[in-house]
Amino acid sequence: MTMRLFIARDAGAVAVGADDVALAFEQAAARRGIEIEIVRTGSRGLYWLEPLVEVATPQGRVAFGPVTPTDAPFLLEAIISDGPHPLRLGITEEIPWLRRQTRLTFARCGVIDPRSVDDYRAHGGYKGLERALTLGADAILADVTTSGLRGRGGAGFPTGIKWRTVALASGTRKYIVCNADEGDSGTFADRMIMEGDPFVVIEGMTIAGVAVGASKGYIYIRSEYPHAVQAMNTAISAAKGAGYLGAGIGGSSHSFDLEVRVGAGAYVCGEETSLLESLEGRRGIVRAKPPLPAHQGLFGKPTVINNVLSFAAIPFILAGGAKAYADFGMGRSRGTMPIQLAGNIRYGGLFETAFGITLGEWSMT
Amino acid sequence: MTAPYEPWDATRGAEIIAEHTGLEGATLVILHALQETFGHVPEPAIPMVASALNLSRAEVYGVFTFYHDFRKRPAGRHVLKLCRAEACQAAGGEVLAARAEARLGVALGDTTADQRVTLEPIYCLGLCATAPSAMLDGRVVGRLDEARIDALVAEAQR
Repeated sequence: MTMRLFIARDAGAVAVGADDVALAFEQAAARRGIEIEIVRTGSRGLYWLEPLVEVATPQGRVAFGPVTPTDAPFLLEAIISDGPHPLRLGITEEIPWLRRQTRLTFARCGVIDPRSVDDYRAHGGYKGLERALTLGADAILADVTTSGLRGRGGAGFPTGIKWRTVALASGTRKYIVCNADEGDSGTFADRMIMEGDPFVVIEGMTIAGVAVGASKGYIYIRSEYPHAVQAMNTAISAAKGAGYLGAGIGGSSHSFDLEVRVGAGAYVCGEETSLLESLEGRRGIVRAKPPLPAHQGLFGKPTVINNVLSFAAIPFILAGGAKAYADFGMGRSRGTMPIQLAGNIRYGGLFETAFGITLGEWSMT
Repeated sequence: MTAPYEPWDATRGAEIIAEHTGLEGATLVILHALQETFGHVPEPAIPMVASALNLSRAEVYGVFTFYHDFRKRPAGRHVLKLCRAEACQAAGGEVLAARAEARLGVALGDTTADQRVTLEPIYCLGLCATAPSAMLDGRVVGRLDEARIDALVAEAQR
């Protein structure tokens, strides 16, 4: 039987040698004369363990890390003989740091092949869009409102209200814009999800398009994220090929197209109105509000502009999870939030959990 | 190895511009495409972009100068970008940046006299959990320490 290994192609993993590790495993397997398949996933977000190598077993994926290329031959033997190895971490999902998380948005990140629509679908992908297409605009907007989702870019504006404003705006041409200009140091969740589960962003934006009556979307990604640009472009092509983008998405009467646009090193373009200026091909200078982008956004047309994580939260909500999403969290902050940890700390990475955890509780984990 | 750039050629430039003029808000897309081909945005291209998009030269020049990525002249053969943002600073990036400057004999933002290496600051590669981070010609490197930064500098100088 072919051995299946999972090694991240996430930029954070590649930066610490994941490509070299994958190559070393291919070479070790060839020398050993065994067949292996290496699936290049996103990152699980346990960066101190990258490069993390996982192997499929009947009990679930078993993790090893951090792995160096020189570890590959011995590690391969340990996997074949099911023997002990100093880097063995056990079943990945049972690693306490991962087990204590509530992964709604990042459920598939690090698990699936980010280039495969089939893999995405096999893990629950496109259930949200399929249901949305049967619901119609009003019911989609109701679900988003019920979920309590507020914009994940930082301002926390209720997403349902924003979308409804655009849906009610008159005009035949409307836009969906994803703000992927994640410029603040210490933040990398947008990058991770674009590289690890790009289809969830595409699906979220497509649902937004159906909800407000927009047929064109742009993802504005900063130029400092070349891997994310490539991952999103690859996924967009795959989604088009599978009929999930373009004319008549998912066999419906809706059309929706997506295009990636790359920034050019201007930090200010993370602010939504300067981002719109930049998308229009101008200097990224902040616009005065009002008018709100929901009324006069991209090219003066009604525009939904949301953060990557806001769109990425949508598929779970539309797949029948609106109430479940709202049941997480506290106060006016519903659902989950991916907390990003970096700097001079031992365990840097991504920790998705419901709003309401205290720093004390969290640091105990 | 950086892709070898083509020398400026107006016909080639016009082709590149024409490929993208159908896009909405095409200015940045075109400037990126020109830079990818020529290693910078050659000055004669500015009025060509303006006329293709029905904009004034001043508008296109204004866009060109607003964004840090666009170059007036080609970079060195290799571009080494060091992340200077907070997460990398907290992980010791400052000392490593000074070390790279000393090894190369140039300050961040400058190119070595032999045109081999351009050393630049970059403000966050999103590799904060594997900091300090750098990018050499598009290849990302994390968990930098003195040995790794020395190796990167040496690689860039080759």
